[in-house]
Amino acid sequence: MLNDFLILMKQELLVTVIIFLLLFKKVSGREWSNVSLMNFVNVLLVINLVSGFFMQQTGTLFGDMFRSSELLSFEKNLLSLGTLIISLQSYNWLKDHKHVAEFYMLLLSTLLGMFFMLSSNNLLMFYLGLELSTIPLAALANFDLDKKKSSEAAFKMIISSAFSSGLLLFGISLLYGTTGTLSFGEIPAHISGTPLQVFSFILLFAGFGFKISAVPFHLWTADVYEGAPVAVTSYLSVISKGAILFVMVSVLYNVFTPLSGTWYNMVFLISLLTIITGNLFALRQENIKRFLAFSSIAQVGFILIGISGQSVDGTASVIYFVLIYIFSNLAAFGVVNLVSALTGKENIDDYRAFYKTNPLLSWVLAIALFSLAGVPPTAGFFGKFFLFLAGAAKGNYLFIAIAALNMIISFYYYLRIIKAMFMDANDRPIPKLETSFSPKASLFICVAGIVVTGLASGGYAYIHSLLK
Amino acid sequence: MSYSSYIALIPILPLAGFVLLGLFGRKYLKNASGIIGTGLLLVAAVLALYTAYHYFFVDGKVGDQYQSITAFKFTWLSFSDNVSIDMGIVLDPISVMMLVVVTFVSLMVHIFSLGYMKGEERFSTYYAFLGLFTFSMLGLVVSGNLFQVYMFWELVGVSSYLLIGYYYDKPSAVAASKKAFIVTRFADLGFLIGILVLAYYGGTLDIGTLIQKLTQQQSAEFLAISTASLFGVSALSWGLCLVFMGGAGKSAMFPLHIWLPDAMEGPTPVSALIHAATMVVAGVYLVARLFPLFTLTQASLTVVTYVGLVSALIAAVIACTQTDIKRVLAYSTMSQIGYMMFALGVSGYGGENGLGYTASMFHLFTHAFFKSLLFLCAGAVIHLVHSNEMKDMGGLRKFMPVTNICFLIACLAIAGVPPLAGFFSKEEILLAAYNSNKLVYGEALFTSGLTAFYMFRLYFSIFWNKQKDFHHHNDHGEGTMSMKIPLIILALCSAGAGFIHFGEFVSSDGKALESQFDPVFSAAPVLFGLAGIMLAWVMYKRETDKPQKVAASLGGLYRAAYHKFYIDEVYLFFTKKIIFNLIGRPAAWIDRNVVDGLVNASANITADISAMIKGLQSGKVQAYALYFFGGIVTLAVVFLYWWK
Repeated sequence: MLNDFLILMKQELLVTVIIFLLLFKKVSGREWSNVSLMNFVNVLLVINLVSGFFMQQTGTLFGDMFRSSELLSFEKNLLSLGTLIISLQSYNWLKDHKHVAEFYMLLLSTLLGMFFMLSSNNLLMFYLGLELSTIPLAALANFDLDKKKSSEAAFKMIISSAFSSGLLLFGISLLYGTTGTLSFGEIPAHISGTPLQVFSFILLFAGFGFKISAVPFHLWTADVYEGAPVAVTSYLSVISKGAILFVMVSVLYNVFTPLSGTWYNMVFLISLLTIITGNLFALRQENIKRFLAFSSIAQVGFILIGISGQSVDGTASVIYFVLIYIFSNLAAFGVVNLVSALTGKENIDDYRAFYKTNPLLSWVLAIALFSLAGVPPTAGFFGKFFLFLAGAAKGNYLFIAIAALNMIISFYYYLRIIKAMFMDANDRPIPKLETSFSPKASLFICVAGIVVTGLASGGYAYIHSLLK
Repeated sequence: MSYSSYIALIPILPLAGFVLLGLFGRKYLKNASGIIGTGLLLVAAVLALYTAYHYFFVDGKVGDQYQSITAFKFTWLSFSDNVSIDMGIVLDPISVMMLVVVTFVSLMVHIFSLGYMKGEERFSTYYAFLGLFTFSMLGLVVSGNLFQVYMFWELVGVSSYLLIGYYYDKPSAVAASKKAFIVTRFADLGFLIGILVLAYYGGTLDIGTLIQKLTQQQSAEFLAISTASLFGVSALSWGLCLVFMGGAGKSAMFPLHIWLPDAMEGPTPVSALIHAATMVVAGVYLVARLFPLFTLTQASLTVVTYVGLVSALIAAVIACTQTDIKRVLAYSTMSQIGYMMFALGVSGYGGENGLGYTASMFHLFTHAFFKSLLFLCAGAVIHLVHSNEMKDMGGLRKFMPVTNICFLIACLAIAGVPPLAGFFSKEEILLAAYNSNKLVYGEALFTSGLTAFYMFRLYFSIFWNKQKDFHHHNDHGEGTMSMKIPLIILALCSAGAGFIHFGEFVSSDGKALESQFDPVFSAAPVLFGLAGIMLAWVMYKRETDKPQKVAASLGGLYRAAYHKFYIDEVYLFFTKKIIFNLIGRPAAWIDRNVVDGLVNASANITADISAMIKGLQSGKVQAYALYFFGGIVTLAVVFLYWWK
């Protein structure tokens, strides 16, 4: 009995935090200032993260619907860490907001949804988790309450997700119809590769593609990323994608094993489409927020290369890359978030001569962009390196070559920002920014993450060891 | 005491000095920086000496053979079960010897600089850079993994760049550091490719394992690397020659030597450290480290031999004509390293055949002492005269008695006069050459005569000849004690280091090698050396017009040598005229018209695509759904009917 509780512990902790948030303000009976509330939640999140490292019980629950393992715990810890970083970064944006408690309640609900999704061992459980992680996000996208664009983003997101969920459910029901089971463990034995099964797989794949914004299921991203508050955009493009990618790897590898030939080709095709489209878009963005959003589409394309590896290396490289991607992308978003919240400037041109006024922030952004571009010896280089290595094991060198070529193209647009910051002149640069503790701490965590994962190879080896 | 308890401190102490002085030096430790840097290095040098004692006399020997000991190792990045990048410290006779040489010479330079660099604005930065350089060099010599070698190799390049360009407000220093960096970087490209070739076929980056795998004639790796070929040359030869290219770049071997004379723009003690005893011998050390592999193919050894030989001769000829004392020393270094190279080239593996290997390492060892002594003396002279030009000097023996004696000892040592250190090592090299190739021997003998001539030309011009009217500053005279002490210590080493029975400690296969001393054989080199000295005596002891007459009678040859055989000009011709015109200009044209055109076109296409999507994204979520569904249908059609 105690063991069962321990298996669920991570989820329970999170539910506790949510309940706490719901009741605390009422019960404590006094007005909480936004700042103290945020600091309080951040402390809770740190506790949640730290305790997550200690309770790593392995086992299954609820008639095999729910499972937990060391690997899943590690993945959940990564997501918790990312959420904490985003929470720290939201400081400047949230401190004058009217609904801080609600923001956190919604944010943590989506995280809870992701936890359940990750732990699912059954398509039904998976679907529940997926919805729990999506619907609050739509509400979060609407969190700039006085901005029309924000509402539009939320509206588009909820409609699009409903559509994709509908098709996903259709796929699930077709799969159930042909195999007679929803359990991940039993499905592979019943898959024989009939057209109906392939079609149901395509529907499921499209559902995943929608969430990670793979081309051509990515159309909703542009509007939503632009309209949503920066914190939500970064959450969507890093944490939410990371969670789906973890599940996707596990489902493709463990459930659709009999269809591996088909899905390899599909992943290969979608990966190239995604990288190329993402790159072409990112190339001409003038708004740095949109730029990061589109470049993150291209990054997902690179992750798909790792997935196409169909090996232990594939899984390890994807998880490792997501880890690095959390640090790198959140470092970049952190700086952008800060500049946007304090000065309202969001264009790449505004960043000209940023180095003159804010050398430290410039270096943070530069390191983050180098890492995203994959310049050695930053962590991003090793991340991409392992993805390519995993993908290349399949011997489809043309695929890898095209992807590598695109990686070089991506250098161009990442370096464009660095050039603007360090080399261009500007009459009216962004003034020196005074930052408070939380954003500083978040940037410090990110940069330390980039540097340490880049220099120490232990991370990859550790993830590899979790898979054995 | 086991190695692991202290060995890592040897490289870490200089690094700590770099970090400490780099971070706090300028603000807080300004005047103490020199003492701190020197103190840290002193500890490192003592530890290195202790390591050497322990290795050579206590536990290095198993049976009659010196073993390679991995004192410390961790895996930095692992790619597969076999291929990993390890960082570690490997002790074997040559790495232990290098540990001692590097820390010792570096310590002398640290002490000398206390006086020489005193009052410099960026005094602490200087010591920080010295620390970084020493750390990189130590990391390089103890590497057991090719990739670690490469990393520290580059780090050595970077830190020498910083040191050569120390006077960064002097345009010639900046140009020189840039030139050194670019030329060696170019060579390093070959090095990197060479490493990759060897690692690809050998399946490992670990030097010990690599050698073990490839030297077994029947092993799969050996067969693969010796049968694969490009342009009729086996992959093994390619790999080794490319590795050697990196070594030749760092060691300033012809034709990659052009950076070395210019690099004399750095502070003189830096030249004593980098360009006498440490960085420039890295190439020799590299060949020695991979020596068992080099002996596998005659082709690569031949390349090593002739590159070394040509460098030795050309540099000696050029050195006879230069007037800048540091440049004479630079060419002399190049010439001596040429000696070490061809000694390796004529050597075989194991037993008596390995004489060249031992001789090369022996010469590296003795050369480190007398050449750094020469540079430090030159530094003391320049300190007094404030000029590098020979014509501004003369008759200095009255003003600097200590420097005079030390310089003389070093000159006698490099000229190969018994019983000073250079005599023994050069003698061994000549013997090795004589045993293997008479042509090499003849040329080496001639070069040793030239060496004696130009060194004594330098000596007589500086310390004898007619006293010149230089701006004599009586305030510091010959320099502080901190400048004299290293000179004296190094002079003692230059005089006595030859008596070490080097062959007992360092040999190609780790077994002791009896040194064969034959007075009859050594008569020839000594006579050549004395002839060179006599000639210099006649020409430069007093101010005469003999040198001009000789120069005039040699005509074209003298001018060619004076202009360093126009090698710099050839490079300039190639880079400026040929590369810029034939490759650069067309490339620029392609860049402007084709690449830019493509980029613009891609931007336009992107604009079109995004305009298309913009058109679809006019707030109509139905359109998204349509495309979403379209994607599914396309995938279904493709994968159900066409691409099963």
